[in-house]
Amino acid sequence: MTAAHGDMAYQVRSLYRALNRAARQFAAYNFRDYAKRRTRDAFRENKNVADEGRIRELMSKGEKELKMMKRQTVISQFFQLDRLVVEGGKEGRQTGRRNDIIRQKDTGWD
Amino acid sequence: MSNIAPAAARQALRACSRRAATSSSSAIRPSSLVATPLAFRGHGRRNYVSETKPAQATVDTTIKADQRAFLQETGKKPEDVQMPTTGIGADAMMSPAAGILKQATVMDGGTRPIYLDMQATTPMDPRVLDAMLPFYTGLYGNPHSRTHAYGWETEKAVEQARAHIAELIGADPKEIIFTSGATESNNMSIKGVARFFKRSGKKRHIITCQTEHKCVLDSCRHLQDEGFDVTYLPVQSTGLIDMEELEKAMRPDTALVSIMTVNNEIGVVQPVEEIGRLCRSKKIFFHTDGAQAVGKIPIDVNKLNIDLMSISAHKIYGPKGMGACYVRRRPRVRLDPIISGGGQERGLRSGTLAPPLAIGFGEAARIAKEEMPYDTKRITALSERLKDGLLSMEHTSLNGDPTRHYPGCVNVSFAYVEGESLLMALKDIALSSGSACTSASLEPSYVLRALGNSDESAHSSIRFGIGRFTSEAEIDYVLKAVRERVTFLRELSPLWELVQEGVDLNTIEWSQH
Repeated sequence: MTAAHGDMAYQVRSLYRALNRAARQFAAYNFRDYAKRRTRDAFRENKNVADEGRIRELMSKGEKELKMMKRQTVISQFFQLDRLVVEGGKEGRQTGRRNDIIRQKDTGWD
Repeated sequence: MSNIAPAAARQALRACSRRAATSSSSAIRPSSLVATPLAFRGHGRRNYVSETKPAQATVDTTIKADQRAFLQETGKKPEDVQMPTTGIGADAMMSPAAGILKQATVMDGGTRPIYLDMQATTPMDPRVLDAMLPFYTGLYGNPHSRTHAYGWETEKAVEQARAHIAELIGADPKEIIFTSGATESNNMSIKGVARFFKRSGKKRHIITCQTEHKCVLDSCRHLQDEGFDVTYLPVQSTGLIDMEELEKAMRPDTALVSIMTVNNEIGVVQPVEEIGRLCRSKKIFFHTDGAQAVGKIPIDVNKLNIDLMSISAHKIYGPKGMGACYVRRRPRVRLDPIISGGGQERGLRSGTLAPPLAIGFGEAARIAKEEMPYDTKRITALSERLKDGLLSMEHTSLNGDPTRHYPGCVNVSFAYVEGESLLMALKDIALSSGSACTSASLEPSYVLRALGNSDESAHSSIRFGIGRFTSEAEIDYVLKAVRERVTFLRELSPLWELVQEGVDLNTIEWSQH
């Protein structure tokens, strides 16, 4: 019983990690942010679920979402647009301190 | 701002460098001017006024010297100091190129504006796209083909989508008619009901409201040309209609009442339940434009006594170009169809369906139902944050009723600021001053004028739309940007100066020219 329970907890944790990894792959800021947040909140919301049947149900839902995210993140990466104004700096990559300037692009398609 | 500042800085710096270049060359010129013509003739080859040699490329060394001098004088590194009045760093002032590059780096953080116009349209949810893609690739059957498997599989998915939409509004799947969008649904409902009654010749009166969407108002205008009477109900200053006035406007020959659930510009939620009950008691059909409401606030067509409702897919994170019309079956609502043809969709809207769009719509409706508690909680929290931040600025006011209000739509008036110039100053945020249909004209919003706002106040209003994918960081960015730029624009305004001095603008007699 305990072994099965531990196994389930491990599976849940690994699903959580996989979902988070997939969520980070969204190229669009808003989808990325939402996917990370929704994953976290969904797991937090159901953290006290004890019924094994219910856990299995939620797990299969999570796996479905994971498959969807894997497909959609790939599509999202094909059609990348410029980053949003809020994304700057926070990523900590380019601060202008060194000569690491790459590009400068106007908004939109044209 | 990231867009404006670099341009301004660049211009200033270019002017600076040009001046520097001309002055330095004029210093060299006197001697070389005399010398070169001779050299020209003598050698018979072209030459520059002053020769370019590596040794003369002194820009770098000059900048370095400048920077050293700056450090010695002020004790600070140039890049850490911001010059007064311009807001440009000291290093940028000294070496234009470095400054521009630095600005470019800051811009590299991204130049795409934040999307905060969720009333115009919403981004399509990746889950919706995921449901749609199979029907764009392999499953291409016509859902009306009854003779082969291609048709059956598509039809099954479409019917499932229809069921999801029906479930979202508490209806029967058979009562959902797919259309091309809320505009078509509105036209279909209003013109359809009116024309059907016209045939029997009994009822010829329609009631609507001044703050309705343009497509409802325009449909009513058309019906006026066809000989119908239309009452355009006024609204209170909160944006809500007065139930007593509605009751007074009802006549024995009233065929239809059309009042939207959630207003697209100010976000007020009309008392739909009361209106529905009143209409039912008088045997008048009740149509509501639920484009902004469905999937965002709980709606049950049976509880609210709604007879006809327009729904749009792209307002609930679905695909554009898709909508639905709820048409009640019991008691039956009869419509004269606008589009006639093969008799699809109960004969009310002929023409082959767009299965991918319908399925995307269905998926969006399913997600909206599932996520409604989560989304509502989050949007309410973000909306509170935005509203509190904006209203904490002086001389700002919220338009519309503060309590009967959909939180995802915040419409705020900034007094003494031109709305259009504020929108121009907020290039890094995608906002609108009103409905997208009227955003091309500079006229103040008719919705805000219907609330009794002055033209100036209507002109200075901005609508902020918050949705499922809006983040806290975006709201904070918006608050900061709006605060900065409203202050900046007000500083420019002579009216603001008068207000600060305590002059009441209404008492001023402007001299005539």
